[in-house]
Amino acid sequence: MPGRTFSHPAIQVTDLRKSYGSFEAVKGVDLCVETGEVYALLGPNGAGKTTTVEILEGHRERSAGTVTVLGHDPARGEREFRERIGIVLQTTSVDQYLSVSETVNLFRGYYPNPLPLDVVLEATGLTEQARVRVGKLSGGQQRRLDVAVGLAGNPELLFLDEPTTGFDPSARRGAWDMVKNLQNLGKTILLTTHYMEEAEYLADRVGIMVEGRVVVEGPPQEIAGSGGATLIRIRLPDGTAAPPESLGVHPAVGPGTYEIQAASPTVVLYQLTTWAVENDIEFEDIAVTRPSLEDIFIEVTSSNLQGGGGKA
Amino acid sequence: MNALKLSLRQARYQNTAFWRNPAAAFFTIVFPLMFLVIFNLLFGSNEVQFEGGTASLSTFYVPGIVVFALVGACYNNIAMTLAFSRDNGLLKRIRGTPLPPGSLIAGYVIHSVSVAILLVTIVLVSGVVVYDVDLPTTRMAAFIVTCIVGAATFCALGVAVANFIPNADAAPAIVNASILPLLFISDVFIPMDDAPAWLTTFADIFPVRHFATAMHESFQPFAAGSGFEPINLGVMGVWLLASVVLAVRFFKWERRR
Repeated sequence: MPGRTFSHPAIQVTDLRKSYGSFEAVKGVDLCVETGEVYALLGPNGAGKTTTVEILEGHRERSAGTVTVLGHDPARGEREFRERIGIVLQTTSVDQYLSVSETVNLFRGYYPNPLPLDVVLEATGLTEQARVRVGKLSGGQQRRLDVAVGLAGNPELLFLDEPTTGFDPSARRGAWDMVKNLQNLGKTILLTTHYMEEAEYLADRVGIMVEGRVVVEGPPQEIAGSGGATLIRIRLPDGTAAPPESLGVHPAVGPGTYEIQAASPTVVLYQLTTWAVENDIEFEDIAVTRPSLEDIFIEVTSSNLQGGGGKA
Repeated sequence: MNALKLSLRQARYQNTAFWRNPAAAFFTIVFPLMFLVIFNLLFGSNEVQFEGGTASLSTFYVPGIVVFALVGACYNNIAMTLAFSRDNGLLKRIRGTPLPPGSLIAGYVIHSVSVAILLVTIVLVSGVVVYDVDLPTTRMAAFIVTCIVGAATFCALGVAVANFIPNADAAPAIVNASILPLLFISDVFIPMDDAPAWLTTFADIFPVRHFATAMHESFQPFAAGSGFEPINLGVMGVWLLASVVLAVRFFKWERRR
Protein backbone atom coordinates (compact mmCIF):
# COMPACT_ATOMS: atom_id res chain seq x y z
CA MET A 1 0.00 0.00 0.00
CA PRO A 2 1.55 3.29 -1.02
CA GLY A 3 2.01 5.81 1.73
CA ARG A 4 0.95 3.37 4.45
CA THR A 5 2.87 4.03 7.62
CA PHE A 6 3.00 1.58 10.48
CA SER A 7 3.33 2.74 14.07
CA HIS A 8 2.89 0.58 17.19
CA PRO A 9 2.32 -3.09 16.57
CA ALA A 10 -1.33 -4.04 17.02
CA ILE A 11 -0.38 -7.63 17.80
CA GLN A 12 2.85 -8.76 19.41
CA VAL A 13 3.31 -12.46 20.12
CA THR A 14 6.44 -14.14 21.47
CA ASP A 15 6.97 -17.89 21.74
CA LEU A 16 3.26 -18.68 21.98
CA ARG A 17 2.47 -22.27 22.93
CA LYS A 18 -0.76 -24.16 23.40
CA SER A 19 -1.15 -27.77 24.43
CA TYR A 20 -4.25 -29.90 24.62
CA GLY A 21 -3.22 -32.71 26.94
CA SER A 22 -0.06 -34.18 25.45
CA PHE A 23 -0.76 -32.69 22.01
CA GLU A 24 1.00 -29.42 21.33
CA ALA A 25 -1.12 -27.53 18.80
CA VAL A 26 0.97 -24.35 18.80
CA LYS A 27 4.71 -24.82 19.25
CA GLY A 28 6.31 -21.44 19.68
CA VAL A 29 4.80 -18.82 17.40
CA ASP A 30 6.28 -15.33 17.08
CA LEU A 31 4.09 -12.80 15.39
CA CYS A 32 4.08 -9.06 14.94
CA VAL A 33 1.24 -7.30 13.14
CA GLU A 34 1.56 -3.55 12.66
CA THR A 35 -1.31 -1.12 13.09
CA GLY A 36 -3.14 -0.75 9.78
CA GLU A 37 -1.64 -3.89 8.36
CA VAL A 38 -3.52 -6.80 6.79
CA TYR A 39 -1.81 -10.00 7.88
CA ALA A 40 -2.85 -13.40 6.57
CA LEU A 41 -2.16 -16.66 8.38
CA LEU A 42 -2.06 -19.52 5.91
CA GLY A 43 -1.71 -23.19 6.58
CA PRO A 44 -3.25 -26.60 6.09
CA ASN A 45 -6.05 -27.80 8.35
CA GLY A 46 -4.78 -28.56 11.81
CA ALA A 47 -1.75 -26.27 11.49
CA GLY A 48 -2.81 -24.30 14.57
CA LYS A 49 -4.13 -21.17 12.82
CA THR A 50 -7.50 -21.08 14.53
CA THR A 51 -6.02 -21.95 17.92
CA THR A 52 -3.53 -19.10 17.54
CA VAL A 53 -6.21 -16.63 16.46
CA GLU A 54 -8.57 -17.71 19.24
CA ILE A 55 -5.86 -17.08 21.81
CA LEU A 56 -5.39 -13.57 20.39
CA GLU A 57 -9.16 -13.01 20.53
CA GLY A 58 -9.35 -14.06 24.17
CA HIS A 59 -11.44 -17.15 23.45
CA ARG A 60 -8.73 -19.55 24.55
CA GLU A 61 -5.99 -19.51 27.17
CA ARG A 62 -2.41 -20.04 26.14
CA SER A 63 -0.09 -22.58 27.73
CA ALA A 64 3.01 -20.37 27.45
CA GLY A 65 4.42 -17.27 25.78
CA THR A 66 3.58 -13.58 25.83
CA VAL A 67 0.70 -12.05 23.89
CA THR A 68 -0.11 -8.36 23.60
CA VAL A 69 -3.06 -7.25 21.49
CA LEU A 70 -3.76 -3.50 21.33
CA GLY A 71 -1.72 -3.21 24.53
CA HIS A 72 -3.87 -5.79 26.38
CA ASP A 73 -3.35 -9.37 27.41
CA PRO A 74 -6.38 -11.00 25.77
CA ALA A 75 -6.48 -13.79 28.37
CA ARG A 76 -7.65 -11.28 30.98
CA GLY A 77 -10.87 -10.73 29.05
CA GLU A 78 -11.14 -7.04 29.87
CA ARG A 79 -14.20 -5.26 28.59
CA GLU A 80 -12.10 -2.39 27.30
CA PHE A 81 -10.17 -4.87 25.15
CA ARG A 82 -13.36 -6.37 23.71
CA GLU A 83 -14.61 -2.88 22.88
CA ARG A 84 -11.68 -2.41 20.51
CA ILE A 85 -11.71 -5.68 18.59
CA GLY A 86 -14.12 -7.28 16.15
CA ILE A 87 -14.30 -11.03 15.66
CA VAL A 88 -15.65 -12.94 12.69
CA LEU A 89 -15.69 -16.61 13.62
CA GLN A 90 -15.66 -19.52 11.19
CA THR A 91 -19.26 -20.46 11.86
CA THR A 92 -22.27 -18.30 11.11
CA SER A 93 -24.37 -17.77 14.20
CA VAL A 94 -26.91 -15.03 14.65
CA ASP A 95 -30.58 -15.26 15.47
CA GLN A 96 -32.54 -16.47 12.43
CA TYR A 97 -35.62 -14.48 13.37
CA LEU A 98 -34.10 -10.99 13.50
CA SER A 99 -33.62 -8.84 10.43
CA VAL A 100 -30.22 -7.77 9.15
CA SER A 101 -30.50 -4.26 10.56
CA GLU A 102 -31.90 -5.51 13.89
CA THR A 103 -28.96 -7.88 14.22
CA VAL A 104 -26.39 -5.21 13.44
CA ASN A 105 -28.11 -2.78 15.81
CA LEU A 106 -28.18 -5.40 18.59
CA PHE A 107 -24.41 -5.75 18.36
CA ARG A 108 -23.82 -2.02 17.85
CA GLY A 109 -25.46 -1.50 21.22
CA TYR A 110 -22.68 -3.44 22.98
CA TYR A 111 -20.03 -0.88 22.05
CA PRO A 112 -19.36 2.67 23.23
CA ASN A 113 -18.66 4.11 19.76
CA PRO A 114 -20.28 1.93 17.13
CA LEU A 115 -20.18 2.56 13.40
CA PRO A 116 -23.42 4.01 11.99
CA LEU A 117 -25.77 1.30 10.75
CA ASP A 118 -25.72 2.48 7.14
CA VAL A 119 -21.90 2.53 7.08
CA VAL A 120 -21.79 -1.07 8.29
CA LEU A 121 -24.38 -2.20 5.74
CA GLU A 122 -22.68 -0.28 2.95
CA ALA A 123 -19.23 -1.70 3.75
CA THR A 124 -20.59 -5.25 3.72
CA GLY A 125 -22.91 -4.81 0.74
CA LEU A 126 -26.06 -5.55 2.74
CA THR A 127 -27.89 -2.25 2.29
CA GLU A 128 -30.61 -3.84 0.17
CA GLN A 129 -31.06 -6.71 2.63
CA ALA A 130 -31.45 -4.42 5.67
CA ARG A 131 -35.02 -5.53 6.38
CA VAL A 132 -34.60 -9.17 5.40
CA ARG A 133 -34.74 -11.82 8.14
CA VAL A 134 -31.40 -13.53 8.73
CA GLY A 135 -32.91 -16.95 8.03
CA LYS A 136 -33.82 -15.87 4.51
CA LEU A 137 -30.33 -14.70 3.49
CA SER A 138 -28.15 -16.69 1.08
CA GLY A 139 -25.02 -18.33 2.45
CA GLY A 140 -22.79 -15.57 1.10
CA GLN A 141 -25.04 -12.87 2.55
CA GLN A 142 -25.02 -14.58 5.96
CA ARG A 143 -21.25 -14.63 5.88
CA ARG A 144 -21.24 -10.92 5.06
CA LEU A 145 -23.59 -10.35 7.96
CA ASP A 146 -21.03 -12.13 10.15
CA VAL A 147 -18.51 -9.55 9.02
CA ALA A 148 -21.04 -6.76 9.54
CA VAL A 149 -21.54 -7.92 13.14
CA GLY A 150 -17.76 -8.01 13.64
CA LEU A 151 -17.55 -4.46 12.31
CA ALA A 152 -20.48 -3.05 14.26
CA GLY A 153 -18.40 -1.74 17.16
CA ASN A 154 -15.98 0.13 14.89
CA PRO A 155 -13.04 -2.09 15.96
CA GLU A 156 -9.43 -1.05 15.54
CA LEU A 157 -8.54 -4.68 14.95
CA LEU A 158 -10.64 -7.18 13.05
CA PHE A 159 -10.15 -10.96 13.16
CA LEU A 160 -11.44 -12.72 10.06
CA ASP A 161 -11.36 -16.51 10.35
CA GLU A 162 -11.74 -17.99 6.85
CA PRO A 163 -14.18 -15.32 5.71
CA THR A 164 -14.80 -16.71 2.23
CA THR A 165 -14.83 -20.48 2.73
CA GLY A 166 -17.67 -21.89 0.66
CA PHE A 167 -18.09 -18.79 -1.50
CA ASP A 168 -18.49 -18.96 -5.26
CA PRO A 169 -15.89 -16.96 -7.22
CA SER A 170 -18.01 -13.84 -7.67
CA ALA A 171 -19.07 -13.78 -4.02
CA ARG A 172 -15.41 -14.14 -3.10
CA ARG A 173 -14.57 -11.13 -5.28
CA GLY A 174 -17.25 -9.14 -3.48
CA ALA A 175 -15.84 -10.16 -0.11
CA TRP A 176 -12.36 -9.15 -1.17
CA ASP A 177 -13.58 -5.71 -2.20
CA MET A 178 -15.21 -5.47 1.20
CA VAL A 179 -11.97 -6.30 3.02
CA LYS A 180 -10.15 -3.75 0.83
CA ASN A 181 -12.72 -1.18 1.97
CA LEU A 182 -12.01 -2.01 5.59
CA GLN A 183 -8.31 -1.72 4.94
CA ASN A 184 -8.90 1.73 3.50
CA LEU A 185 -10.79 2.64 6.69
CA GLY A 186 -7.48 2.02 8.47
CA LYS A 187 -8.43 -1.23 10.22
CA THR A 188 -5.81 -3.73 11.23
CA ILE A 189 -6.90 -7.13 9.99
CA LEU A 190 -5.73 -10.59 10.95
CA LEU A 191 -7.04 -13.01 8.38
CA THR A 192 -6.84 -16.78 8.20
CA THR A 193 -7.52 -18.47 4.91
CA HIS A 194 -7.04 -21.60 2.80
CA TYR A 195 -6.97 -19.60 -0.40
CA MET A 196 -3.63 -18.41 -1.74
CA GLU A 197 -5.15 -15.91 -4.18
CA GLU A 198 -7.01 -14.43 -1.23
CA ALA A 199 -3.84 -13.92 0.76
CA GLU A 200 -2.01 -12.61 -2.30
CA TYR A 201 -4.76 -10.13 -3.10
CA LEU A 202 -5.51 -8.86 0.41
CA ALA A 203 -2.51 -9.24 2.65
CA ASP A 204 0.39 -6.89 3.23
CA ARG A 205 2.18 -9.80 4.84
CA VAL A 206 1.62 -13.52 4.99
CA GLY A 207 2.70 -16.14 7.51
CA ILE A 208 2.54 -19.80 6.58
CA MET A 209 1.87 -22.09 9.54
CA VAL A 210 2.70 -25.76 9.54
CA GLU A 211 2.32 -28.04 12.55
CA GLY A 212 2.09 -25.26 15.09
CA ARG A 213 4.88 -23.06 13.76
CA VAL A 214 5.17 -20.12 11.39
CA VAL A 215 7.67 -21.49 8.87
CA VAL A 216 7.68 -18.71 6.27
CA GLU A 217 6.74 -15.06 6.64
CA GLY A 218 6.84 -11.95 4.45
CA PRO A 219 4.97 -9.94 1.82
CA PRO A 220 3.22 -12.36 -0.53
CA GLN A 221 5.10 -11.17 -3.63
CA GLU A 222 8.44 -11.62 -1.87
CA ILE A 223 7.57 -15.08 -0.62
CA ALA A 224 6.44 -16.07 -4.07
CA GLY A 225 9.57 -14.62 -5.63
CA SER A 226 11.89 -16.27 -3.12
CA GLY A 227 10.94 -19.75 -4.12
CA GLY A 228 13.72 -20.58 -6.58
CA ALA A 229 13.75 -20.52 -10.32
CA THR A 230 11.47 -18.85 -12.84
CA LEU A 231 10.04 -21.21 -15.42
CA ILE A 232 10.42 -20.25 -19.09
CA ARG A 233 8.50 -22.34 -21.59
CA ILE A 234 8.74 -21.93 -25.36
CA ARG A 235 7.20 -23.66 -28.35
CA LEU A 236 9.13 -23.67 -31.59
CA PRO A 237 7.71 -24.05 -35.12
CA ASP A 238 7.79 -27.58 -36.63
CA GLY A 239 11.15 -28.69 -37.88
CA THR A 240 13.19 -26.22 -35.88
CA ALA A 241 16.33 -27.51 -34.17
CA ALA A 242 16.43 -27.53 -30.35
CA PRO A 243 17.94 -24.54 -28.54
CA PRO A 244 21.56 -25.02 -27.38
CA GLU A 245 21.94 -27.03 -24.21
CA SER A 246 24.19 -24.34 -22.74
CA LEU A 247 21.00 -22.39 -21.95
CA GLY A 248 19.90 -25.10 -19.55
CA VAL A 249 17.10 -26.37 -21.73
CA HIS A 250 15.26 -29.48 -20.55
CA PRO A 251 14.51 -32.07 -23.23
CA ALA A 252 11.35 -31.39 -25.19
CA VAL A 253 8.34 -31.72 -22.87
CA GLY A 254 6.01 -31.85 -25.88
CA PRO A 255 6.32 -31.55 -29.65
CA GLY A 256 8.62 -28.55 -30.14
CA THR A 257 8.09 -27.43 -26.52
CA TYR A 258 10.99 -26.78 -24.18
CA GLU A 259 11.32 -25.60 -20.57
CA ILE A 260 14.10 -23.72 -18.84
CA GLN A 261 14.42 -23.29 -15.06
CA ALA A 262 16.12 -19.92 -14.84
CA ALA A 263 17.60 -18.58 -11.62
CA SER A 264 18.39 -15.34 -13.50
CA PRO A 265 15.57 -15.13 -16.02
CA THR A 266 16.65 -11.80 -17.52
CA VAL A 267 19.97 -13.23 -18.70
CA VAL A 268 18.46 -16.46 -19.93
CA LEU A 269 15.68 -14.67 -21.82
CA TYR A 270 18.26 -12.41 -23.46
CA GLN A 271 20.34 -15.40 -24.53
CA LEU A 272 17.30 -17.30 -25.70
CA THR A 273 15.85 -14.48 -27.77
CA THR A 274 19.31 -13.67 -29.19
CA TRP A 275 19.63 -17.29 -30.29
CA ALA A 276 16.18 -17.15 -31.88
CA VAL A 277 16.81 -13.88 -33.71
CA GLU A 278 20.20 -15.06 -34.98
CA ASN A 279 18.61 -18.25 -36.32
CA ASP A 280 15.57 -16.38 -37.66
CA ILE A 281 13.14 -18.31 -35.45
CA GLU A 282 9.83 -16.90 -34.26
CA PHE A 283 8.54 -18.60 -31.06
CA GLU A 284 5.03 -19.89 -31.52
CA ASP A 285 4.49 -19.44 -27.83
CA ILE A 286 6.48 -18.14 -24.87
CA ALA A 287 5.51 -18.09 -21.21
CA VAL A 288 7.51 -16.82 -18.24
CA THR A 289 6.15 -17.99 -14.91
CA ARG A 290 7.34 -16.84 -11.51
CA PRO A 291 6.64 -19.33 -8.73
CA SER A 292 3.29 -18.47 -7.17
CA LEU A 293 2.51 -18.24 -3.47
CA GLU A 294 0.66 -21.49 -3.93
CA ASP A 295 3.80 -23.23 -5.24
CA ILE A 296 5.71 -22.03 -2.21
CA PHE A 297 2.87 -23.02 0.09
CA ILE A 298 2.79 -26.56 -1.28
CA GLU A 299 6.57 -26.82 -1.18
CA VAL A 300 6.80 -25.53 2.39
CA THR A 301 3.91 -27.51 3.79
CA SER A 302 4.88 -30.79 2.18
CA SER A 303 8.55 -30.54 3.15
CA ASN A 304 7.64 -29.64 6.72
CA LEU A 305 5.02 -32.34 6.99
CA GLN A 306 7.29 -35.06 5.63
CA GLY A 307 9.59 -35.20 8.60
CA GLY A 308 11.10 -31.74 8.19
CA GLY A 309 9.10 -30.36 11.08
CA GLY A 310 9.53 -31.34 14.71
CA LYS A 311 7.86 -34.39 16.11
CA ALA A 312 4.78 -33.74 18.20
CA MET B 1 -24.32 1.82 28.85
CA ASN B 2 -25.01 0.33 32.24
CA ALA B 3 -25.67 -3.34 32.86
CA LEU B 4 -29.39 -2.99 33.55
CA LYS B 5 -30.02 -1.06 30.36
CA LEU B 6 -28.05 -3.65 28.40
CA SER B 7 -30.09 -6.45 30.04
CA LEU B 8 -33.39 -4.82 29.11
CA ARG B 9 -32.18 -4.23 25.59
CA GLN B 10 -31.07 -7.86 25.34
CA ALA B 11 -34.51 -8.97 26.60
CA ARG B 12 -36.23 -6.81 23.99
CA TYR B 13 -34.36 -8.50 21.14
CA GLN B 14 -34.99 -11.92 22.69
CA ASN B 15 -38.64 -11.04 22.77
CA THR B 16 -38.73 -9.96 19.12
CA ALA B 17 -37.03 -13.18 18.03
CA PHE B 18 -39.27 -15.30 20.29
CA TRP B 19 -42.53 -14.02 18.85
CA ARG B 20 -41.28 -14.59 15.32
CA ASN B 21 -40.29 -18.18 16.05
CA PRO B 22 -43.40 -20.28 15.44
CA ALA B 23 -42.16 -23.35 17.33
CA ALA B 24 -41.16 -21.42 20.44
CA ALA B 25 -44.32 -19.36 20.49
CA PHE B 26 -46.49 -22.43 19.96
CA PHE B 27 -45.00 -24.65 22.65
CA THR B 28 -44.67 -21.88 25.21
CA ILE B 29 -47.91 -19.98 24.64
CA VAL B 30 -50.41 -22.26 22.91
CA PHE B 31 -49.62 -25.48 24.79
CA PRO B 32 -50.64 -24.35 28.29
CA LEU B 33 -53.76 -22.65 26.98
CA MET B 34 -54.65 -25.76 25.02
CA PHE B 35 -54.21 -27.89 28.16
CA LEU B 36 -56.36 -25.44 30.10
CA VAL B 37 -59.16 -25.81 27.55
CA ILE B 38 -58.87 -29.60 27.22
CA PHE B 39 -58.72 -30.39 30.94
CA ASN B 40 -61.63 -28.09 31.68
CA LEU B 41 -63.62 -29.55 28.81
CA LEU B 42 -63.08 -33.09 30.09
CA PHE B 43 -63.21 -32.66 33.86
CA GLY B 44 -64.12 -29.05 34.56
CA SER B 45 -67.68 -29.79 35.66
CA ASN B 46 -66.63 -32.45 38.20
CA GLU B 47 -66.81 -31.43 41.79
CA VAL B 48 -63.75 -31.62 43.94
CA GLN B 49 -63.42 -31.57 47.69
CA PHE B 50 -61.51 -28.63 49.13
CA GLU B 51 -60.82 -27.80 52.73
CA GLY B 52 -64.13 -26.36 53.93
CA GLY B 53 -66.29 -27.05 50.89
CA THR B 54 -66.52 -28.27 47.30
CA ALA B 55 -65.86 -26.44 44.05
CA SER B 56 -65.56 -27.35 40.37
CA LEU B 57 -62.37 -29.02 39.19
CA SER B 58 -61.60 -25.83 37.25
CA THR B 59 -60.55 -24.41 40.60
CA PHE B 60 -57.85 -27.10 40.57
CA TYR B 61 -56.87 -26.63 36.94
CA VAL B 62 -56.34 -22.87 36.87
CA PRO B 63 -53.46 -22.90 39.39
CA GLY B 64 -52.20 -26.15 37.82
CA ILE B 65 -51.95 -24.55 34.42
CA VAL B 66 -50.36 -21.45 35.96
CA VAL B 67 -47.58 -23.77 37.19
CA PHE B 68 -47.32 -25.48 33.80
CA ALA B 69 -47.20 -22.14 31.95
CA LEU B 70 -44.59 -20.71 34.26
CA VAL B 71 -42.36 -23.78 34.06
CA GLY B 72 -42.66 -23.75 30.26
CA ALA B 73 -41.90 -20.06 29.87
CA CYS B 74 -38.96 -20.18 32.27
CA TYR B 75 -37.40 -23.64 32.39
CA ASN B 76 -38.11 -25.00 28.90
CA ASN B 77 -37.68 -21.67 27.15
CA ILE B 78 -34.34 -20.77 28.76
CA ALA B 79 -32.84 -24.28 28.65
CA MET B 80 -33.79 -24.66 24.99
CA THR B 81 -32.66 -21.19 23.87
CA LEU B 82 -29.36 -21.44 25.74
CA ALA B 83 -28.63 -24.93 24.42
CA PHE B 84 -29.28 -23.81 20.85
CA SER B 85 -27.29 -20.59 21.23
CA ARG B 86 -24.36 -22.49 22.69
CA ASP B 87 -24.49 -25.14 19.98
CA ASN B 88 -24.64 -22.74 17.04
CA GLY B 89 -21.89 -20.47 18.33
CA LEU B 90 -23.99 -17.45 19.28
CA LEU B 91 -22.73 -17.52 22.88
CA LYS B 92 -19.13 -17.70 21.70
CA ARG B 93 -19.74 -14.78 19.40
CA ILE B 94 -21.22 -12.72 22.24
CA ARG B 95 -18.26 -13.69 24.44
CA GLY B 96 -16.10 -11.74 21.97
CA THR B 97 -18.09 -8.54 22.51
CA PRO B 98 -18.08 -6.21 25.55
CA LEU B 99 -21.56 -7.36 26.65
CA PRO B 100 -21.20 -8.39 30.32
CA PRO B 101 -22.14 -12.08 30.83
CA GLY B 102 -24.58 -11.09 33.58
CA SER B 103 -26.51 -8.87 31.16
CA LEU B 104 -26.72 -11.69 28.64
CA ILE B 105 -28.25 -14.09 31.18
CA ALA B 106 -30.41 -11.36 32.69
CA GLY B 107 -31.73 -10.71 29.17
CA TYR B 108 -32.90 -14.32 28.86
CA VAL B 109 -34.44 -14.22 32.33
CA ILE B 110 -36.27 -10.90 31.85
CA HIS B 111 -37.64 -12.07 28.52
CA SER B 112 -38.83 -15.39 29.98
CA VAL B 113 -40.41 -13.74 32.99
CA SER B 114 -42.26 -11.27 30.77
CA VAL B 115 -43.64 -14.15 28.72
CA ALA B 116 -44.59 -15.91 31.98
CA ILE B 117 -46.41 -12.84 33.30
CA LEU B 118 -48.38 -12.58 30.08
CA LEU B 119 -49.31 -16.26 30.20
CA VAL B 120 -50.28 -16.27 33.87
CA THR B 121 -52.48 -13.25 33.22
CA ILE B 122 -54.22 -14.98 30.30
CA VAL B 123 -54.78 -18.13 32.37
CA LEU B 124 -56.17 -16.18 35.33
CA VAL B 125 -58.47 -14.06 33.19
CA SER B 126 -59.80 -17.09 31.29
CA GLY B 127 -60.24 -18.88 34.62
CA VAL B 128 -62.41 -16.09 35.94
CA VAL B 129 -64.28 -15.24 32.75
CA VAL B 130 -64.68 -18.64 31.08
CA TYR B 131 -64.52 -21.14 33.94
CA ASP B 132 -66.03 -19.10 36.72
CA VAL B 133 -63.14 -19.61 39.12
CA ASP B 134 -62.92 -17.29 42.11
CA LEU B 135 -59.64 -15.41 42.33
CA PRO B 136 -58.15 -15.79 45.81
CA THR B 137 -58.21 -12.09 46.63
CA THR B 138 -57.34 -12.67 50.28
CA ARG B 139 -54.37 -14.82 49.30
CA MET B 140 -53.05 -12.68 46.42
CA ALA B 141 -49.79 -11.96 48.25
CA ALA B 142 -49.07 -15.68 48.62
CA PHE B 143 -49.93 -16.24 44.96
CA ILE B 144 -47.56 -13.51 43.78
CA VAL B 145 -44.71 -14.60 46.05
CA THR B 146 -45.15 -18.20 44.91
CA CYS B 147 -45.00 -17.06 41.25
CA ILE B 148 -41.82 -15.07 41.89
CA VAL B 149 -40.05 -17.91 43.73
CA GLY B 150 -41.19 -20.34 41.02
CA ALA B 151 -40.01 -18.13 38.17
CA ALA B 152 -36.62 -17.62 39.81
CA THR B 153 -36.19 -21.32 40.54
CA PHE B 154 -37.15 -22.53 37.08
CA CYS B 155 -35.14 -19.84 35.26
CA ALA B 156 -32.04 -20.82 37.25
CA LEU B 157 -32.77 -24.50 36.67
CA GLY B 158 -33.03 -23.81 32.93
CA VAL B 159 -29.61 -22.16 32.83
CA ALA B 160 -28.13 -24.97 34.95
CA VAL B 161 -29.58 -27.85 32.92
CA ALA B 162 -28.58 -26.19 29.63
CA ASN B 163 -24.96 -26.52 30.78
CA PHE B 164 -25.32 -30.29 30.52
CA ILE B 165 -27.07 -30.47 27.15
CA PRO B 166 -24.38 -31.62 24.69
CA ASN B 167 -25.90 -30.25 21.47
CA ALA B 168 -29.00 -28.74 19.90
CA ASP B 169 -30.35 -32.08 18.69
CA ALA B 170 -30.45 -33.40 22.23
CA ALA B 171 -32.05 -30.27 23.67
CA PRO B 172 -35.78 -30.95 23.13
CA ALA B 173 -35.45 -34.54 24.34
CA ILE B 174 -33.51 -33.66 27.49
CA VAL B 175 -35.65 -30.67 28.36
CA ASN B 176 -38.98 -32.45 27.87
CA ALA B 177 -37.89 -35.74 29.41
CA SER B 178 -36.66 -33.91 32.49
CA ILE B 179 -39.85 -31.95 33.11
CA LEU B 180 -42.92 -33.69 31.63
CA PRO B 181 -42.94 -36.76 33.92
CA LEU B 182 -42.50 -34.48 36.91
CA LEU B 183 -45.45 -32.35 35.82
CA PHE B 184 -47.61 -35.49 35.66
CA ILE B 185 -46.75 -36.68 39.17
CA SER B 186 -46.83 -33.27 40.84
CA ASP B 187 -50.49 -32.26 41.10
CA VAL B 188 -50.26 -30.11 37.99
CA PHE B 189 -52.43 -32.00 35.50
CA ILE B 190 -53.91 -34.69 37.73
CA PRO B 191 -54.77 -34.48 41.45
CA MET B 192 -52.44 -36.87 43.27
CA ASP B 193 -54.91 -37.72 46.04
CA ASP B 194 -55.09 -41.40 45.08
CA ALA B 195 -51.43 -41.82 44.12
CA PRO B 196 -49.24 -44.35 45.98
CA ALA B 197 -47.21 -42.83 48.77
CA TRP B 198 -43.85 -43.75 47.25
CA LEU B 199 -44.71 -41.77 44.12
CA THR B 200 -45.57 -38.60 45.99
CA THR B 201 -42.46 -39.07 48.14
CA PHE B 202 -40.43 -39.35 44.97
CA ALA B 203 -42.12 -36.28 43.47
CA ASP B 204 -41.36 -34.35 46.64
CA ILE B 205 -37.63 -34.55 45.91
CA PHE B 206 -38.12 -32.19 42.96
CA PRO B 207 -39.26 -28.57 42.94
CA VAL B 208 -42.32 -28.99 40.69
CA ARG B 209 -44.62 -30.58 43.30
CA HIS B 210 -43.64 -28.01 45.93
CA PHE B 211 -44.37 -25.26 43.45
CA ALA B 212 -47.75 -26.79 42.57
CA THR B 213 -48.67 -27.36 46.23
CA ALA B 214 -47.83 -23.77 47.13
CA MET B 215 -49.77 -22.55 44.12
CA HIS B 216 -52.86 -24.63 44.90
CA GLU B 217 -52.70 -23.49 48.49
CA SER B 218 -52.73 -19.84 47.40
CA PHE B 219 -55.87 -20.66 45.40
CA GLN B 220 -57.81 -22.36 48.22
CA PRO B 221 -61.36 -21.06 47.86
CA PHE B 222 -62.62 -21.62 51.39
CA ALA B 223 -59.64 -21.83 53.72
CA ALA B 224 -58.67 -19.05 56.08
CA GLY B 225 -55.18 -17.61 56.46
CA SER B 226 -52.69 -15.98 54.15
CA GLY B 227 -51.99 -19.13 52.12
CA PHE B 228 -48.21 -18.94 52.44
CA GLU B 229 -46.42 -22.29 52.28
CA PRO B 230 -43.03 -21.63 53.88
CA ILE B 231 -41.81 -25.23 53.70
CA ASN B 232 -42.66 -25.69 50.03
CA LEU B 233 -41.22 -22.28 49.19
CA GLY B 234 -38.15 -23.18 51.25
CA VAL B 235 -37.53 -26.39 49.30
CA MET B 236 -37.82 -24.40 46.07
CA GLY B 237 -35.34 -21.92 47.51
CA VAL B 238 -32.85 -24.74 48.03
CA TRP B 239 -33.32 -25.81 44.41
CA LEU B 240 -32.89 -22.17 43.37
CA LEU B 241 -29.57 -21.86 45.21
CA ALA B 242 -28.29 -25.20 43.92
CA SER B 243 -29.27 -24.24 40.36
CA VAL B 244 -27.51 -20.90 40.57
CA VAL B 245 -24.35 -22.64 41.77
CA LEU B 246 -24.51 -25.22 38.96
CA ALA B 247 -25.42 -22.56 36.39
CA VAL B 248 -22.38 -20.44 37.26
CA ARG B 249 -19.94 -23.23 38.05
CA PHE B 250 -20.45 -25.16 34.81
CA PHE B 251 -21.30 -22.32 32.43
CA LYS B 252 -19.65 -22.78 29.02
CA TRP B 253 -19.45 -20.34 26.15
CA GLU B 254 -18.87 -23.06 23.60
CA ARG B 255 -20.33 -26.48 23.10
CA ARG B 256 -18.17 -29.39 24.06
CA ARG B 257 -16.29 -30.88 21.14
